[in-house]
Amino acid sequence: MKLFKTALKSLLGNGLKTWLTVFVLSVSFVLIIFMQGLLEGWSRQAVSDAIAWEIAGGQYWSEAYDPYDPFSLDSCARDIPDQLKPAAESGLLEAVLISQGTIYPQGRMQGVILKGIDPEQQIVKLPTRLLAGEGPEIPVIIGAQMAKQAHLKENDLVTLRWRDANGTFEAADLRVAGIFVTTVPTIDNGQIWLALDKLQSMMLRENQASILIASPDYKAQQLEGWLFKDVEKLSSNTIAMVKAKSMGMAIFYLIFLLLALLAIFDTQTLAIFRRQREIGTLVALGMTRKQVQWLFTLEGSLNALLAIALGCLYGIPLFIYLSMNGLSFPIDISEFGLPVSDVMYPYYSLKLIVGTIVFILLSTALVSYLPARQIARMNPTEAIRGKMH
Amino acid sequence: MIVEVKHLTKKFPVGKAYFTALKDLNLSFAEAEFTGLVGPSGSGKTTLLNIIGSLDVPSEGEVIVLGNSVGRLSPPEAALLRKQELGFIFQNYNLLPVYTVFENVEFPLLLLDMPARERKKRVLESLSWLGLSDKVNSRPAQLSGGECQRVAIARAMVKRPRLVLADEPTANLDSVNSHNILQAMLKLNQELKTSFIFATHDEKVIGYLKRIIQLEDGRVAEDRLV
Ligand SMILES: Nc1ncnc2c1ncn2[C@@H]1O[C@H](COP(=O)(O)OP(=O)(O)OP(=O)(O)O)[C@@H](O)[C@H]1O
Ligand SMILES: [Mg+2]
Repeated sequence: MKLFKTALKSLLGNGLKTWLTVFVLSVSFVLIIFMQGLLEGWSRQAVSDAIAWEIAGGQYWSEAYDPYDPFSLDSCARDIPDQLKPAAESGLLEAVLISQGTIYPQGRMQGVILKGIDPEQQIVKLPTRLLAGEGPEIPVIIGAQMAKQAHLKENDLVTLRWRDANGTFEAADLRVAGIFVTTVPTIDNGQIWLALDKLQSMMLRENQASILIASPDYKAQQLEGWLFKDVEKLSSNTIAMVKAKSMGMAIFYLIFLLLALLAIFDTQTLAIFRRQREIGTLVALGMTRKQVQWLFTLEGSLNALLAIALGCLYGIPLFIYLSMNGLSFPIDISEFGLPVSDVMYPYYSLKLIVGTIVFILLSTALVSYLPARQIARMNPTEAIRGKMH
Repeated sequence: MIVEVKHLTKKFPVGKAYFTALKDLNLSFAEAEFTGLVGPSGSGKTTLLNIIGSLDVPSEGEVIVLGNSVGRLSPPEAALLRKQELGFIFQNYNLLPVYTVFENVEFPLLLLDMPARERKKRVLESLSWLGLSDKVNSRPAQLSGGECQRVAIARAMVKRPRLVLADEPTANLDSVNSHNILQAMLKLNQELKTSFIFATHDEKVIGYLKRIIQLEDGRVAEDRLV
């Protein structure tokens, strides 16, 4: 039926009030997509960076390895199992030995995580070639955040103290052979990378590793004492971190949405009392009260359709611009230990857009429906005369 | 007979007791009548009209409108009866303010799912019956009271109902406009054989009636042909 047109006419008949409500609702619509798109783009970028720099095709973890328990680090290393040796030799797996030590940059003391990796590895993006050099000091690479925290520059020397497998304290000088820039905090903050064989001999852990990073071509197998963590599992941490940090963003658009929904609810409630005669007339003309109730619900819900149309009008150019040019942040957020690059590219999925549209439509329909239920209880003969209170 | 009222009693709850507005009424209305319910304020004219219009239900007795017993209809059935067979004219016109004259008159046909071309033809035809052809695109706020009531009559007539119920249609009109719309309705009554039932105490209306039913205190005091 043409009731759609009817409802639209009535709604537009409210003039400025309708357009204000529609505007606020459209802002919340655009903000939801904007922020969720940013979040999604951020999370995709963080995951793809994490894969490139850290996760690769998945990892074997020694059963005792727990990245959140520094006390376990020294004891978690295991002999690399014989079954994995062929893959390790052909470059499908890269062993990483993880341990800890203390550095003394400029006389201060700082605990660090030491990670030994083969300088020839090709699996992750780390510039490990720089670890190959020989000399009196041990060449290491660190991330830019680490360099900032410890006030280290390229070619700086710093003393490292560590305890080997027997518990004996040892010390040596490290030379910063390179500083790499990454958005992945878990390979940067508080971490020092050096050659695997060097770390193994320093720790007296020849042939041992804490984890093995797999190339994407590697087929995982079941092994005693080792757990294989696939890409999905490993990147879920990254996603969770991004999600947790971005919850606060939701407040912005929820406030806008709430404002708009409140305005619609209010308008509907008022309309049902002010427009009793109209309601009674519609019943006299041959509609049931239920139909009139749906007509009013439709009228309120059309706020959402108008808001979506309006939102598209200014949202689409904005979104196209942002996904092409990215969004740069005036401050360096990566200092907060978040996996953020300088320029973020929002990602607007069909699921996000359709989901937001459905969400806005449903919530608007609900706040339109709730007051309209009153109509089903009206007495039409009293409504016609506008006599109800 | 298009309407039969048998032993109709209507009671309204007032506080803990009941007020009896209609008392054991017996009436029947034939096709093409031009009948008025007259009587003092509070005598039950509107109440009877509302029940015949299936907007309200009897407390006791039966009202049969075009073969439908009003008290036994479900809400959708009652709505269907009103939509197809009944036209209403109100004291306050009750036009839909956001619509143009054309759209107001078109509305009952939209409810009947009539095709657009047929609708347009019918709407323009009823507007010309009522001398409103030059007001097609006006809105109710731009019309005089008499014009509004003529739009309301066009809206009631556009679907060619069997029965039109008009509650005080002239109460807000001056005498020229009152005669105007009464003549229009009388013409439609004669040409289309539509039955009209009025509720009124307006002498001008009474002058046009062919049958006068005098209600007093919820009972029929007199029922005479003119
Ligand atoms: N919903 C109601 N609840 C209680 N009493 C009602 C209700 N509707 C009507 N009445 C009473 O029923 C009586 C008849 O009312 P009705 O409106 O039918 O009178 P009327 O003849 O149309 O009067 P008027 O000429 O003033 O329009 C009145 O005394 C009125 O107070
Ligand atoms: Mg009355």
